[in-house]
Amino acid sequence: MAESHAKVQKVGGGRLCCICNERRAALKRPKTLEQICRECFFAVFEEEIHQVIVENQLFNPGERIAIGASGGKDSTVLAYVLSELNRRHDYRLDLFLLSVDEGITGYRDDSLETVKRNEIQYGLPLKIVSYKDLYGWTMDEIVKIIGLKNNCTFCGVFRRQALDRGASLLKVDKLVTGHNADDIAETVLLNILRGDIARLSRCTAITTGEDGPIPRCKPFKYTYEKEIVMYAYFKRLDYFSTECIYSPNAYRGFAREFIKDLERIRPRAILDIIKSGENFRIATSTKMPEQGTCERCGYISSQKWCKACVLLEGLNRGLPKLGIGRTRVLDKDQKKDLKQSIGTKSIASKQCGSLDF
Amino acid sequence: MQLTVEFGGGLELLCNSVKIHNINIETPKGAQQLAMRDLLVWVQNNLIKERPEMFIKGDTVRPGVLVLVNDCDWELSGQLDTTLEEKDVVVFISTLHGG
Repeated sequence: MAESHAKVQKVGGGRLCCICNERRAALKRPKTLEQICRECFFAVFEEEIHQVIVENQLFNPGERIAIGASGGKDSTVLAYVLSELNRRHDYRLDLFLLSVDEGITGYRDDSLETVKRNEIQYGLPLKIVSYKDLYGWTMDEIVKIIGLKNNCTFCGVFRRQALDRGASLLKVDKLVTGHNADDIAETVLLNILRGDIARLSRCTAITTGEDGPIPRCKPFKYTYEKEIVMYAYFKRLDYFSTECIYSPNAYRGFAREFIKDLERIRPRAILDIIKSGENFRIATSTKMPEQGTCERCGYISSQKWCKACVLLEGLNRGLPKLGIGRTRVLDKDQKKDLKQSIGTKSIASKQCGSLDF
Repeated sequence: MQLTVEFGGGLELLCNSVKIHNINIETPKGAQQLAMRDLLVWVQNNLIKERPEMFIKGDTVRPGVLVLVNDCDWELSGQLDTTLEEKDVVVFISTLHGG
């Protein structure tokens, strides 16, 4: 008697899917706490993303769209779901996979193999742009020079531009990324902790850079990481899940852990934080950085030179600390010279991991 | 009791990159059944070779680690109280790695 009771407990208390009322529930949705079966999960997961796309008018028929593809869970699920929805709802989009090769042996070379398999599995053309081609440096070479302290700053700044350059090579109208609800909640929190008003005001926007050359959007803005991973698991999607060998996993790691702790207590907290982020009203008197273009490469920049050019100049001149933290390593003359020629404020190391907002 | 324990999403790196483990585990003395809370202790002691903090936090899995018992979310079956039977398949997947 006790044993049969236990068996029932294990298979979900014999609980049926609260949508179809027929099949056994397979997961508890963090967003709604509903217990649903695998088939209904696939349906609601895909339908919600479709609704987000339609309600926010993310795409127009005939557009060319690049999917930022790292081979990880989020971008793999995004590529799969987007190509599925494109067919099902006749979006008439031309989809492409766009990957960045940072030149990290034992990490990116493996994950790129995953993306190459995705290219075949989903029938989407793939473009890979490398740091080596764009900047003349691989991350391996950069780390050799600067060590493991500010490497994520280089990587983050370079990746953002690399994606834009790749997107313009593909002549796409938009770039979509796999940022999910957990990522965005985490970023809201980080921007509050850093007091970064400019980023706080735009990090919850579903589409950014509409004034720039290539707008970016995040169809997974309201999609929980748990559901993305469950979807990939149930669909047996092929993704790569190794942490970057250079990632110190520091500041962002704490925010991430905090978000996950909150989620365990109250899963809705993630959506609530996003909502709070959206509802921040920045005083109109707040001085925001003015958007201009880099004098050297023409990329958008609020300074005379864009951050990538400053970092690159440092690398090429053998002054890799340039643009990172304080410039006290330089003597007075050099300092003066640099200030005039570059005119940039130093920005402490910020980016970590593959999240650029 | 024979069980299959599977790691995914990067957690396999904590156990010498082996994803699937067929294990043999005893029901604790005095207990009638093996519960997930017992299995977690066993896994931590026998399968996890490095960085156990990526797997366990307090007396349960670290937040961000998904657990499925026979392809069913353990949040539906009582989490630590979920009881296990012969030939059950338990899957641990980390959501914390990469994008």
